[in-house]
Amino acid sequence: MNIQHLNSAAVPFEKVTAKTFPKGPESLASGHRACQGCGEVLALRLLLKALGRDFMAVSATGCMEVCTTPYPQSAWEMPWLHVAFENAAAVAAGVDAGNIIRRRKGKLPDRRIPVVAIGGDGATFDIGIQALSGAMERYHENFIYICLDNEAYMNTGIQRSSATPFGASTTTSPAGKFSKGQNTWKKNMPAIAAAHNIPYVATASPAFHLDLMTKMRRAAAIPGPAYIHVYSPCPTGWRMKPELSVDSSRLAVKSRVFPLYEIIDGQYIINKKVDKPIPVADYLKPQGRFKHLTEEDIAQISERVNHEYEHLVKLSEVFDGPLF
Amino acid sequence: MSVTDSTKPVGIEVSLAMAEAVKLAKAEVIAAYPITPQTHIVEHLSDLVANGELDAEYVPVESEQSAMSACIGSSAAGARTYTATSSQGLMLMAEMVFIAPMLRLPIVMAVANRAVSGPINIWNDHSDIMIIRDCGWIQIFAENGQEATDMSIISFKIAEDPRVMMPLILNIDGFTLSHFIEPIVFPEEDKIKQYLPPYETSHKLDITKPMSLGALGPPEVYSEARKAMDDALLASKAGVIRGFEEFAEIFGRKYNLVESYRAEDAETIIVAMGSISETAMVAVDEMRAAGEKVGLVRIRLWRPFPVEEFLAAVEGAKYLAVVDRHFTPGFPEGPVATEVRALMYNNDNRPKIANFVLGLGGRDVPRNHFKHIVEQVKELGTAGSQSRYEMVGVQQ
Amino acid sequence: MSKKTQVTAEGAFKVSELTFGLTVQPGSSRNFKTGDWRSARPVLDREKCVYCGFCYFYCPDGVYQDMGSDEKYYKADLDYCKGCGVCAYECPKKCIQMVVEEV
Repeated sequence: MNIQHLNSAAVPFEKVTAKTFPKGPESLASGHRACQGCGEVLALRLLLKALGRDFMAVSATGCMEVCTTPYPQSAWEMPWLHVAFENAAAVAAGVDAGNIIRRRKGKLPDRRIPVVAIGGDGATFDIGIQALSGAMERYHENFIYICLDNEAYMNTGIQRSSATPFGASTTTSPAGKFSKGQNTWKKNMPAIAAAHNIPYVATASPAFHLDLMTKMRRAAAIPGPAYIHVYSPCPTGWRMKPELSVDSSRLAVKSRVFPLYEIIDGQYIINKKVDKPIPVADYLKPQGRFKHLTEEDIAQISERVNHEYEHLVKLSEVFDGPLF
Repeated sequence: MSVTDSTKPVGIEVSLAMAEAVKLAKAEVIAAYPITPQTHIVEHLSDLVANGELDAEYVPVESEQSAMSACIGSSAAGARTYTATSSQGLMLMAEMVFIAPMLRLPIVMAVANRAVSGPINIWNDHSDIMIIRDCGWIQIFAENGQEATDMSIISFKIAEDPRVMMPLILNIDGFTLSHFIEPIVFPEEDKIKQYLPPYETSHKLDITKPMSLGALGPPEVYSEARKAMDDALLASKAGVIRGFEEFAEIFGRKYNLVESYRAEDAETIIVAMGSISETAMVAVDEMRAAGEKVGLVRIRLWRPFPVEEFLAAVEGAKYLAVVDRHFTPGFPEGPVATEVRALMYNNDNRPKIANFVLGLGGRDVPRNHFKHIVEQVKELGTAGSQSRYEMVGVQQ
Repeated sequence: MSKKTQVTAEGAFKVSELTFGLTVQPGSSRNFKTGDWRSARPVLDREKCVYCGFCYFYCPDGVYQDMGSDEKYYKADLDYCKGCGVCAYECPKKCIQMVVEEV
């Protein structure tokens, strides 16, 4: 393999705009059993729509797998494989290897087939972090990993993960007399992904649907592993009215809780600068999982959110060439 | 010039010969993680790929869990897929191992049988495969280097047979078979082309024919789905027989599901699997020379268990000394003996059966152990005596 | 002569009816009409609609269909609409009302 400086930012891709929004048949069929107002399935629907049907999907066990494929039904319109909880990244790596050798032997047309591994925050941050790390390090050419982050193990009943934000009440980090809920800060998965020297890392939110879908296309266009972290509101687990799920993913961005950025060949690019953030409290208040927090707690969270955002801005201003 | 170009026997380590056979079988994806004593197989495959002798994708995964996961992925993508492991690695990938047969994916895996921890021990016994035996894979035990080499090709033929489409484990004893240097005759490459065509199937992830693989099986589906897998495993016996017969026609070496050695008129039959059978055969010869009517039955196909062939092989014996290389804590008998006993239970003329655990964790099994168990079975196997395995050579 | 005990077959399928490897056809979830989940359905005031597409973009179940540049609105497929209310909440012109379903 040649070591050469990449220029992934220059790789052409087709943006999704309001005018070019793909309006053909859905890539994720209706009739799936996601909760009313599920922000995660909305994100999934849009991500898949961005690529059409010309790719392969691999799911980890979780909400998006269970609610889309109870035998004999499947909502997936493209080839789809599910094996277990912790291994979507490893399975997808295997699918890519199989496609690559078959293409080399002339059994498949001579073009790249994106292999999209999809896991929740549990499957990505916790039980599946090893498989993800391995797949990224091995630099599989057509590997895209999507983390649909609803900030807890929702499918098994809202238990905490290392993606659960500070102060959130879950069934295994409940708020109580001696507890404020989750007492650690959310693990920074995009930074972990970027530390693997992969060419494309991005964060996305379904409220910013064109940005989200464009990033999916960009990830597929750039050769090498890609990691997209998608904020996925869960009305059921966040104890929130279902109709507020999209707005929640908007407030998360506008309050700086979940900034939208890309890391291309190691360079941080902030896609949506939030110079005048809305109060973090506005984002927290509609969610029952935060209702036990005091004004003091919220102030502490707000301080941390802003600190992390400012750190992100600093990272985007410093760049001394790609490391590879 | 490759070692496999020779038509004469080549002195070569069995692990390396197996890797060469996988090369001849033209495996397409190898996703493996190293673990003693399987390492020489995967290292040599890695070499063959690096030198262009094998055109394959070698995926150096970061654990056995990912190894089997990647194998499932690549097999689902329609590629001929191979891996190898042992002991702790097999246990780490256990979750995925159980899933593969449900997906009907013809993955071939060599297991260099090694003792299961704890305590940690890298040497040979059968505890690893016995613990996993309910996984639903076809399971074959090789006894010597030629067999291990031939089976490395035959395994793909059986697994990928459209009437089988099940994954297959090839067991070879770690160190005591994998690391031995033996004279191996490599099957000729052009004849392999005739025996083993490239892997083609409609059961794969295909953008032109999408389907979903790995659905949820709720209570109203699960039992039937599992039964379907069991039916497929049982039906694969015919595929094993076909694979062995076609190999014999083309290459001249015939393998059977069960092998008998001087068992036809034997009063006592030793039942064993794997490479200690070679020692057992020498012991049988010595005992026969001394006038003992003893024979050996070796089970080659462990799953699906070859019931008819086994019962036919042990017919007429008064005593069965069943060897186990694993024991089941908390229960008086090891797995092979328990299964043999269960098979024979309804037989009015069933023999006396006793169970002997030999060679755990790489402990040597000399010829006199076999002489000992032939003597002991007549005492331990009588009705009314406390039925419990004897761990030969282990003192309280 | 006692009668033999009858055992009912509980499975949804016979073993022989299952697909090879338990594969499932793409898009077959459409056989499951989730419309009966809802307790309120979206009702559009077409006068106020500006054909922005937010209801279509943001529906988690993808039930909206573009009725074309002549009709200039999006129509919800009530076979699948779960009544979550996201479309009504997100509509910038507030022209979708969630109306409680009659029992």
